[in-house]
Amino acid sequence: MLNETVFLVPTSYFVILSAVLFSIGVAGVLLRRNAILIFMSVELMLNAANLAFVAFARSLLDQGGQVFVFFVMTVAAAEVAIGLALIVAIFRSKRSTDIDELNSMEG
Amino acid sequence: MNLPTLESINLAASLPVLILAGWACLLTAIDLFISPERKHWTAWLAVLGLLASGVALGFEAVAYSQRGAVSAFGDMAVVDGFALFLQGVFLLSAFLGILLALNYLPRHNIERGEYYTLLLFTTSGMMLMAMAADLIVVFLALELLSLPLYVLSGFAHPRLDSEEAAMKYFLLGAFASGFLVYGIALTYGGAGTTLLSGVVEALVGGGPAPNPVLAIVGMGLILVGLGFKVAAVPFHMWTPDVYQGAPTPVTAFMSVGAKAGGFAALLRVFLIAFPATGDTWGVVIAIIAALTMILGNVVAISQSNVKRMLAYSSIAHAGYVLVAVAAARYPEVEPLAVSAAVFYLLTYAVTNLGAFAIVIALERDDGTGVEVEDFAGLAKTRPWLAIAMTLFMLSLTGIPPSAGMVGKFFVFQAAVQASVGDPLILTVTIIGVLTSVISAFYYLRIPVMMYFRDGEGQANVQPALGVALALTALATFLLGVVPAPFLQMARHALLTLAG
Amino acid sequence: MDGLFSIVPLIILAPFTGVLINVFFGRKLMPRRDSVAPGVIASSMAGFSFLIAVLMFFALLANPAGAEVPVLTWINVGDGDFTLHIPWTLKVDTLSSVMMLVVTGVGTLIHIYAIGYMHGDIDEKAASRGLEGEEALDFKRRRYARFFAFFNLFLGSMLVLVTANNYLMMFVGWELVGLCSYLLIGFWFDSPEKNEAGQIIGVLNSSAGRKAFVVNRVGDFGMLLAIMLIFWSFGTLEFDDVFARAECMIEAPQAECLTLSAAELAPQGEGEAAAEEHGEGEARALTTPIALGPFAPTLGVVVTAITLLLLLGATGKSAQIPLFVWLPDAMAGPTPVSALIHAATMVTAGIYMITRSNVLYAMAPVSGMVVAVIGGATAFVAASIAVAQFDIKRVLAYSTISQLGFMIAAVGLGGYIAGIFHLATHAFFKALLFLGSGSVIHGMEHGHHHAHGQGEHHDAPHGEDERPFDPQDMRQMGGLRKHMPVTTWVYIIGALALAGIPPLAGFWSKDEILLDASLNSTLVYILLTVAAFFTAFYMGRQVFMVFYGSERTEAARHAQESPPVMTIPLIVLAGLSVVGGLINLPVGGLHPLGRWLEESVANAHIASFNILVATISTVLALVAIGLSYLLYGRKPLEEGEADPLYSTGPVFTFLNRKWYWDELYAAIFVRPYNRLGDFLANAVDWQFWHDFVHDRIIADAFQGWAAILSRPIDLGIVDGAVNGVAQLVESTSRSLRRVQTGYVRNYALAVLMGVVAILAYLAIRFLV
Repeated sequence: MLNETVFLVPTSYFVILSAVLFSIGVAGVLLRRNAILIFMSVELMLNAANLAFVAFARSLLDQGGQVFVFFVMTVAAAEVAIGLALIVAIFRSKRSTDIDELNSMEG
Repeated sequence: MNLPTLESINLAASLPVLILAGWACLLTAIDLFISPERKHWTAWLAVLGLLASGVALGFEAVAYSQRGAVSAFGDMAVVDGFALFLQGVFLLSAFLGILLALNYLPRHNIERGEYYTLLLFTTSGMMLMAMAADLIVVFLALELLSLPLYVLSGFAHPRLDSEEAAMKYFLLGAFASGFLVYGIALTYGGAGTTLLSGVVEALVGGGPAPNPVLAIVGMGLILVGLGFKVAAVPFHMWTPDVYQGAPTPVTAFMSVGAKAGGFAALLRVFLIAFPATGDTWGVVIAIIAALTMILGNVVAISQSNVKRMLAYSSIAHAGYVLVAVAAARYPEVEPLAVSAAVFYLLTYAVTNLGAFAIVIALERDDGTGVEVEDFAGLAKTRPWLAIAMTLFMLSLTGIPPSAGMVGKFFVFQAAVQASVGDPLILTVTIIGVLTSVISAFYYLRIPVMMYFRDGEGQANVQPALGVALALTALATFLLGVVPAPFLQMARHALLTLAG
Repeated sequence: MDGLFSIVPLIILAPFTGVLINVFFGRKLMPRRDSVAPGVIASSMAGFSFLIAVLMFFALLANPAGAEVPVLTWINVGDGDFTLHIPWTLKVDTLSSVMMLVVTGVGTLIHIYAIGYMHGDIDEKAASRGLEGEEALDFKRRRYARFFAFFNLFLGSMLVLVTANNYLMMFVGWELVGLCSYLLIGFWFDSPEKNEAGQIIGVLNSSAGRKAFVVNRVGDFGMLLAIMLIFWSFGTLEFDDVFARAECMIEAPQAECLTLSAAELAPQGEGEAAAEEHGEGEARALTTPIALGPFAPTLGVVVTAITLLLLLGATGKSAQIPLFVWLPDAMAGPTPVSALIHAATMVTAGIYMITRSNVLYAMAPVSGMVVAVIGGATAFVAASIAVAQFDIKRVLAYSTISQLGFMIAAVGLGGYIAGIFHLATHAFFKALLFLGSGSVIHGMEHGHHHAHGQGEHHDAPHGEDERPFDPQDMRQMGGLRKHMPVTTWVYIIGALALAGIPPLAGFWSKDEILLDASLNSTLVYILLTVAAFFTAFYMGRQVFMVFYGSERTEAARHAQESPPVMTIPLIVLAGLSVVGGLINLPVGGLHPLGRWLEESVANAHIASFNILVATISTVLALVAIGLSYLLYGRKPLEEGEADPLYSTGPVFTFLNRKWYWDELYAAIFVRPYNRLGDFLANAVDWQFWHDFVHDRIIADAFQGWAAILSRPIDLGIVDGAVNGVAQLVESTSRSLRRVQTGYVRNYALAVLMGVVAILAYLAIRFLV
């Protein structure tokens, strides 16, 4: 069932790479204060998942994972639209995209 | 993978969702032709969509009672009792959500038609979630549920609190769905499929490429993503800020719908896809449940803002439902626990929407008037309102005669059954009982405020809100006094593998 | 005689005893400012070690095979397939005995010299800090005792290194030596470092020590990897077993050789096998697969990797390209330290290690070539840099690097005897030159104080040029021949020896290296010959600039000869520099050192004297000295006159700036590293961990919990139980609220903590 010639690079490499990308994304969310950069870090997390999906789909010889990637990409695009709109709205009121300035509610 | 046929798609079975989503799309366009002064037309059109969807749901329910569960979209969705029951809860919540907003939006100068279309979209996401039998659908439904809610949270733009709430909800929600997607990816890599029924086969029986370690890590990350949606500790921190900042009708709807949607996915994914690792996630969820109940109830005590207090209360209630989820891992307890969970969600939905309706009635046009002190003296000026609020508070505490009491009883019954031979569940159950005693501290502070303090409790109950209040109060009372028919329905809300 | 070997542990014990005495009693042993007890103790310990080394030498004369003297078992773990047995066993053979003699012999002389030198140095430092009376005495007590404690430690560490019978113990010595160099280079850690123009650049001397340590760590890293690879491949770290198994694996599969030990092989005569091996070493294809985890590279690849990694270690300790940059900065230490580092200890470790590993290098011709080219290139680069330096010690420092390059090139080409021979002779004359330069510096400082003591020039700038006084700047010297006759003469002897003028020691050893190079690699030969030419030139330049011509500053005019405690070691070293060549005189097939080392260095070969090579190098050296005479001797520099080499413009600047090597490293490593460090410190540590986690989460939560925990104690007694519980819950509530800070990233962190907790639980549940 598995076609030997397809597996030039082991799947685990892709998965490790995707885990690294994911971790970078997580770190970005935690460390960045600019809303846009946090947002980009989130996108990086999603794309890390996409990479894992494609890699698994290749090793499983199954299209399901690749289809999922399209869904994730579409959803990410929708998220971008909403996210940027929110950021613009906030920027209009606060003249800043620093996320730490958004702490009027606490406790 | 076989090519889907029209039969396997089974559009009829998913008609309630399709009607709602399609109507939401259509309404977005129709709304363009409705003048700003007549935006309530959009609201009534949205209610029309809900009604149509509800009728379709009724037919589905009848069909279900005759032929049992069916699958749709080539096994990626399943219409079973669980899905139907929760879909009913979602439709009801959406209807109440519209009623709550009808007068609120113009009063706050934020009447825009998108409120209603977005509400329909998010409701269709919740309904899809209830029938999701594939991780892809879970993800899509979750996003369809979440994205409109992000916008709705910021609906009071340019009010800064609202924008802040939207931003926090959005960033954290996206962060959490990143974990969810990654978890799904790992599960897919581990099990070789995203079908929930396929995952269980791969983990139990050795599917195409089983790699249990990946699937188990994936399971953990999926738990994070869904735990965020239901506001479980420690993924709960967005809740108070978002609930406080968002427009109150949105908060009301979100606290009910989004949570129930999250639990729909949580129950189905963990009970259908991961029963084999129940002893693992059972422990994790039990601990999370304990933490959630403790934190929600304890921190709610020191809140002075009622919206914020209800936010912590909503965290606490997620903890009670989680107890049922944890108990459901025992096959012999599962039917009871699942029906307890969905019944609890129903009681919580009506009670909480009612409580928020009262908050809306008290809220002034500038967004103030939602402090606990603002309830002082309400019993004198608005006795019926005070009685309704007392009922809701009793229900949230779990004191008879109210819906909340039955719901809690049901959940604890399942938990006690499961705790035979499981000391952890027993501990968590005891914690649940103790924390619900603690919750009386803050819930009953409001009746005390209304009845025993002097003040001029001001409230503004407009017709739609009055209807909503009456409905929720009645439901809360009835569910508490004659719960049998609803319990009977909940008994049928069983999870079914894609059939 | 064999029983004599068993006393060898004393050679290490003595210096360490000295360390202990000076650490615990050093200060008490100095009742007066001119007390010398710590120095005498340290020197006698060094002398005792030398005595042991001599006894070992005689024992070896009787039994050239040497012995291994077990001291204790250090590590002994495992059974079955995996065993790690690391004894601390001292290896006495002809190679280590040469090292012992050089280290202890030259070391002892430097110790004696330091007794006098450090007195002056510490007094001077105390004066410059304005310390007087009891304070100054206390300062001196502490520093003097500390210096000799470190000094003894240095010597002892080097002896640990050379007497080790396995790689790990050698590594222990290797690291100890690195540590001591750090301690001693940074001895005046609280004095500001000066740049070449004598300006204070605001950094303390300690940064030079740090540089030495860090750069050495880079090399140590290679060494450590090599050790791990050796153990992984051969299953042992003891030299003899490693070599025996490595040779065994040429013929037999790895598994069969893993239990082999050298002791079993001994009757067959290791020497013959080795000689035979060397003969066809390059022709043989080392294709035996070696199991290394998932890989199975061939023996050749593994040995090449090991030897290259060892080379990285050697480039660190023996200051070769690319890791030589620490050594010139090591001049920040007191002069005896420089002498000890450069001549007797530390830098020779790399050459010794490669010689010790000769069996492995013989199996890896590629590595050998790399070693030789690095050595040749280092010799050339460092010699060219030395031409353009003004600091008397810096010239010598680059000279050391250059000479080490000669030795490394020699051992890389298989000329182990030549390398060790040069190591020994170099120890003599480089110690001599360093101590001589110390004497010059001492004299200059003395002259400086003398000139100023009379108050003549109190406010006027010293001399006519605007340079501040720097006792190490050759441009401020000149004419010292008249004031310091003894120093002058011994210095000239050292310089001639270094330049390779027959019949001084340097000639013989350098000639042997050049001979080896001419036979094996033209490239290396040319590099070394040019380097030799530069060597003669810069030594000529130095001697003419320092000792001839007229005095260019007041300090030089008032310079004084050093006391006998300093000059006597110089004279002894000068004598050794003259006759040192005798130990391996190539005349009439004598080669005493060659014959001696053949006993322990399997791949040693004795080169016969070649009159052509000798003549070329001698003529070049004489021409170079002549050239330096034309530039610096015939018309000596006057006060304020610029160095004639400035006429070469950019070439001189390039050499003076040391090929911009430091700048290159700063650009490639130091600055990016600092930036990364800044980032980590500011963004990650400060902003994230401190502001975020610490302030907002830990501190707040801690205060919250503290309030929760303290409340029941406060209230439980005062109020009733019910009331207390109610208030407890309420205060808990208020405390827990504070965790909800309102910051999104804080919330995200909570999510992440949840993720980590869940995954950790899953990991424990399923993986453990």
